[in-house]
Amino acid sequence: MYDSGKILTGLVIFLFLITFPFWYNLGQASYEPPDLVLPEDSQQCIEPTQWMRTNHMELLNTWRDMSVREGLTTFVSTSGESMEISLQKTCMDCHTDKVNFCDECHNKAAVSPYCWDCHIAPEEVANGQ
Amino acid sequence: MDNNRRTFLKIAGFSVALGLGGGIPLSLQAYTPADVEYVPTNAQITGKRWGMVIDTRKFTKPEDFQRVIEACHQTHNVPDIQGNEEIKWIWTDHFEQVFPSSSNPYLAERYEQQDFLLLCNHCNTPPCVRVCPTKATFQRPDGIVMMDFHRCIGCRYCMAGCPYGSRSFNFSDPKPYVQNLNPDFPARMRGVVEKCTFCAARLEQGQMPACVEASNGGLIFGDLSDPDSEIREVLRENFTIRRKVELGTNPCVFYIV
Repeated sequence: MYDSGKILTGLVIFLFLITFPFWYNLGQASYEPPDLVLPEDSQQCIEPTQWMRTNHMELLNTWRDMSVREGLTTFVSTSGESMEISLQKTCMDCHTDKVNFCDECHNKAAVSPYCWDCHIAPEEVANGQ
Repeated sequence: MDNNRRTFLKIAGFSVALGLGGGIPLSLQAYTPADVEYVPTNAQITGKRWGMVIDTRKFTKPEDFQRVIEACHQTHNVPDIQGNEEIKWIWTDHFEQVFPSSSNPYLAERYEQQDFLLLCNHCNTPPCVRVCPTKATFQRPDGIVMMDFHRCIGCRYCMAGCPYGSRSFNFSDPKPYVQNLNPDFPARMRGVVEKCTFCAARLEQGQMPACVEASNGGLIFGDLSDPDSEIREVLRENFTIRRKVELGTNPCVFYIV
């Protein structure tokens, strides 16, 4: 093999760089889910908590399309419970604390959903704006 | 490896079978819970072709207009912006603006002085729907020309397409201009076009449009396709005109003048 020294050195550097995130985070604290303020007067979300945690964004997208585009405004969950499809009237009726619920995880995961560019969080109403 | 046509086809066939048999059901399962349902709300008021009659004889004083406009704006978080960035869902104008082709220089004084209530005409052949590149505005089976604010990219083709000026663009964030936010309805963001939705959300909850409720009988809302409906009764008994019918948009808002 020609230039084996250069190629091998290059490979080692490449492997080091590509695995850098693993080296860098070695020994640091692992990811802790943030402390959320859960609704007090409700024990169970519309679907199991774990499922909601993974899929709430997909569910909200489907809710949006069904409600706005198809005119189907009632959701029947796997447990057979019916509810109105509405972020403001249904979701945030229980999850009244956007800052200590929604934002906590979104900030930690560095995602910025644009739901509240238009939709009104309970805090905004309470603050008079 | 001996790469020939036979082995290639075998591998390809096996991969497709694996994808169809394993991958797709698995990924679907991850995104949709097994047995949820989306159904219309029980109380929903349904119709085949919604329309409205505006009885201009019942709108004489400024309060008559104000009451109706307030009701709509409060329900839908319509911002109160003065000047050329005004957001219009339901508003007023003079006869020569409302019915330009029926206007003449010797108009009866009564019409010259009077204001007329304006809103989206929910046309049967809506030009705004034709020009929308993202289908953010679309026509529902019941005739309502609906806006999906989520999908609007703010190109404003619909504003150019609408001959009635029924559409308004949010040049800046409208939230600060809304007096009392209604927590039951969203606001809009900068860069989105908005207009009257014939209160589609209220109809789905079994309520009449907000303006109709506040109008004390000045506005009649109903199903144009049902010959026994109140609106058809009113249309039978009164002479009505519509705005700019010569354009072929077939508007569904009728005026008793």
